[in-house]
Amino acid sequence: MTPGLAAIDREAVEAARRRLPAAFGATPARRALRAGLWLAFLAWLGALAVWFEITPQRLWNGIGGVATILRLMVPPSPGEHLDDILKGLGESVAMAFLGTVLAAAAAVPLGFLGARNIAASLAFRFSLRRVFDGFRGIDQLIWALAYVRAVGLGPLAGVLAIFTADIAVLAKLYAEAIENAEQRQKEGVKAAGAPRVLVMRFGLLPQVLPVLLAQALYFFESNTRSAAILGIVGAGGIGLQIAERIRIRAWDEVAFILILILVTVAAIDWLSARIRLRLIGGAA
Amino acid sequence: MRGEGNGVTTAALAAPVPRLLAAWAEQRRARRLATLLYGAIFLACLAAAGWMSEVDPATVASGIPRIGEYFWLILPTLRWEVLLAGPKVEGSLAFWMYRLDAWAWLMFETSQMAALATLLGSIAGFVFCFPASRNLMPGMRVTSTVVRRFLELFRTVPDIVYALILVWAFGVGPLAGILAIALHSTGALGKLFAEAVENADMRPVDALLASGGTWLHAVRFAIVPQVLPNMLSYALLRFEINLRGASVIGFVGAGGIGQELYTVISFNYYEEVSAIVLLIILAVSAIDLISETIRFRIIGARA
Repeated sequence: MTPGLAAIDREAVEAARRRLPAAFGATPARRALRAGLWLAFLAWLGALAVWFEITPQRLWNGIGGVATILRLMVPPSPGEHLDDILKGLGESVAMAFLGTVLAAAAAVPLGFLGARNIAASLAFRFSLRRVFDGFRGIDQLIWALAYVRAVGLGPLAGVLAIFTADIAVLAKLYAEAIENAEQRQKEGVKAAGAPRVLVMRFGLLPQVLPVLLAQALYFFESNTRSAAILGIVGAGGIGLQIAERIRIRAWDEVAFILILILVTVAAIDWLSARIRLRLIGGAA
Repeated sequence: MRGEGNGVTTAALAAPVPRLLAAWAEQRRARRLATLLYGAIFLACLAAAGWMSEVDPATVASGIPRIGEYFWLILPTLRWEVLLAGPKVEGSLAFWMYRLDAWAWLMFETSQMAALATLLGSIAGFVFCFPASRNLMPGMRVTSTVVRRFLELFRTVPDIVYALILVWAFGVGPLAGILAIALHSTGALGKLFAEAVENADMRPVDALLASGGTWLHAVRFAIVPQVLPNMLSYALLRFEINLRGASVIGFVGAGGIGQELYTVISFNYYEEVSAIVLLIILAVSAIDLISETIRFRIIGARA
């Protein structure tokens, strides 16, 4: 091998390495970066452990505490206030139902305003959607707490919290459903000489109504879950009972209420799935 | 409207039309009856719900002015001419956000709680998703069903209920909140991860098992490379949800900005409420944007 050839080979290899560095395995720089990232990750974990005072001792004691609580939860018992518990549960479901119905009713006009094929102004639509997104960042519990200060303790605050938290998201979904509606049916009704109101009634409504109702049902399901906790801040429903039982450490009653909530949520899910299937099946 | 049109058709056509018209009328009557019935059921439910939750038009009517009043009080009074003046001048931005440093720090703490909880939940979900996947546990239906039920139990109980309980066991502070959110995330992510695994291509698994690999080898080299991008994108989505959850978990004493928010709402420090809520919205939107970018990159890299 002449020195010239070796030089060419080395050059060729170097050129290939430059062209496809990944084919030659991790470069030292990449390896150093990887090690650095792992170190940074571990340092972050360590810093959080110090900051949040997470020590093995504390974890161990906590796990012992949880084990005691779990032991006290068995057997679950309704305690002496079964009527209060059932009333709270009913209140939660009622709050979820009312809040969803009101939000859906208010979201329909907003959805029409936000839909592309109805509202022409782009700037208006864009700012409306930004407002929707901003609202979405606020948790339902924050609304609940604020409404408790505004209208007092009780289920009305919970209904209003569900209504406010849902309206933005529902309006956005409704706008999309209206945008996705088939135009030809509307044009057909229009071509037959119908005025604008009837075009909406026979050209658009039969298409979007099942979708709107199905979305509202999904929200009802999810709201039944969240209405169960709004009572923690005093906005009505079973949450108040949970918070009270936990405060007096009646763990068996806590377990009973939690199981009851699980059963209720499952029942509502089942019922709503049935209705949804019927609605969408009827539309197809 | 309809009647007129059909009248014309009846005159123009002959014998089968009356029969069709009768059938149509019959169908329409049945439909109207059904609509009426379901409408009545709906209204009955609505009335029952109103009665159960003690919400009637009168209470709503008396409540609405108070809502307007309250939210008006919460909004900051900013005056244009002194908008950028110092924190001592009433009506300036600095006066409204006079404790911005403390709140920003609390918001940072909240985001770190959410991040750690998401990490823990992802790890636990990752561990549980393989035994929960039916395609990886052939002939062990019982195991996968049991693990699935457990994951369902974990995600049906809201994180704030876990926080209420864990505050008793771990004491007041961020640790209880982190663990509460992590528990709920484990259930939610475990289910999503398991679905990703069940949709994975099984041929690489067969190849690995055929060449003498163990079950763990198959999971590590055949399943994980397929599903990891999906899992990362689910975990990022969860981070967003957890940040929202972490901002209120302080309501029950489990750390983060929620505790401060609870205090300012309870003591009616009106303008501070809007300041903190604005910070939360900004933080959630920022994470939303960042995670969306990363998610598109992950999915783009895979495609």
